[in-house]
Amino acid sequence: MILVLDLSYRPGSLSADEFVAPVECIVREEGQTPQIRHYTGVAREDLEAADGAILCGTALKDTGYLDGLESFGWLTSFPHPVLGICAGMQAIARIFGGTVQEGVSIGMAEVEVTGEDPLFAGRNRFTAYELHGLSVVPPASFRVLAVSPSGVQAIRHREMPVYGVLFHPEVRNEWLVRRFLSLCRQKGSGHNRRDEEGKRGI
Amino acid sequence: MRLGVLFSGGKDSSFACWKAMGREEVACLITVLPRNPESYLFHTPNIHLAALQADAAGLPLVSAESAGVEEEEVADLSRALSLAVREHGIEGVVTGAIRSVYQAARVQRVCHALGLWCFNPLWQRDEEEYLEEVVSSGFRFLVSGVSAASLGEAWLGREMDREALDELKALARRNRMNPAGEGGEYETFVLDAPFFRKRIEILKASREYRGDHGMYRIDDARLEAK
Repeated sequence: MILVLDLSYRPGSLSADEFVAPVECIVREEGQTPQIRHYTGVAREDLEAADGAILCGTALKDTGYLDGLESFGWLTSFPHPVLGICAGMQAIARIFGGTVQEGVSIGMAEVEVTGEDPLFAGRNRFTAYELHGLSVVPPASFRVLAVSPSGVQAIRHREMPVYGVLFHPEVRNEWLVRRFLSLCRQKGSGHNRRDEEGKRGI
Repeated sequence: MRLGVLFSGGKDSSFACWKAMGREEVACLITVLPRNPESYLFHTPNIHLAALQADAAGLPLVSAESAGVEEEEVADLSRALSLAVREHGIEGVVTGAIRSVYQAARVQRVCHALGLWCFNPLWQRDEEEYLEEVVSSGFRFLVSGVSAASLGEAWLGREMDREALDELKALARRNRMNPAGEGGEYETFVLDAPFFRKRIEILKASREYRGDHGMYRIDDARLEAK
């Protein structure tokens, strides 16, 4: 099961159709089961049953999730891959000690891959849809994987399979979400912390 | 949240309006009337009947004219949205964009500049599944314009019933055409919707067809009880 989190201003909002449903659709197309939850309502059972989590974007004007960061505390101990999209990347950055700052970009932009990672393997450049009012200054525990003229576009935790992308891969770059889902399926590949801990007998 | 719906009278903006009504308060419809029939941003066939459709829905209509010149359309849209803010106190805008990044990005930029929320409830929908939902939800609409070789004159004025929808889907698959017509392959006019209090009856219409392009012009229409 893939936990798909809605970060918008309230559960079942009009934004869910725009930012959550397209991701849910890709998860289903990949033969996995999405479990939709609002970020304020994630239960321990949801986390225990999940093989990965995707934190979806929000409307440009919607930044309420940054006032509710206590809801994302589970991210630091979640043993499976995480992908934060736009608002999701901002929440991840904040939880791990990074910051967000004003930085508006709307429309298609050229993204350059600058760091090696299976998520971007074989891709040096691509165009992506940006829709953000805030940009991210990554925490020290993260590597930058991709940039665009507006700033950092993709990050990954140095030890954990926790990713953030500021652009919206559900628009014209579904391949990225599909790749992320394949990382969730790769048990014992180093993309799943629970498997790694099991190997070490933890 | 009080919202204004960017309304063209076609199926997408009408369906987006219905979706928005289920979750927020729709305070008005907003129509930009392009003087250029080749408008980049705004749907044109029968746009003059948006006022009748707004009456059918029992919603106020805010309209502004546009010269329909590519980048000036953004300024025209901004004027229309500002008017809706002043007249109806809207806090956000709803569009019927499905895949058009061109359209969505421009509306997003205008909304951002005006401090408005922007919602695209049909964004990235699977087109075939979406069309099925529109038809099965009780929307009645006809083809009011065609601009694709695979859609001939016979489609002009044709109502999108079950048979027409199956035919359209097959045509779209065969010709690699967007089944929702978002690439401008066809335009639609909504006659009835679940949120309409009255439906629209066409009294007089005419067809124009030249090359691969055609238009079903509704010359006279009225409201009738449902």
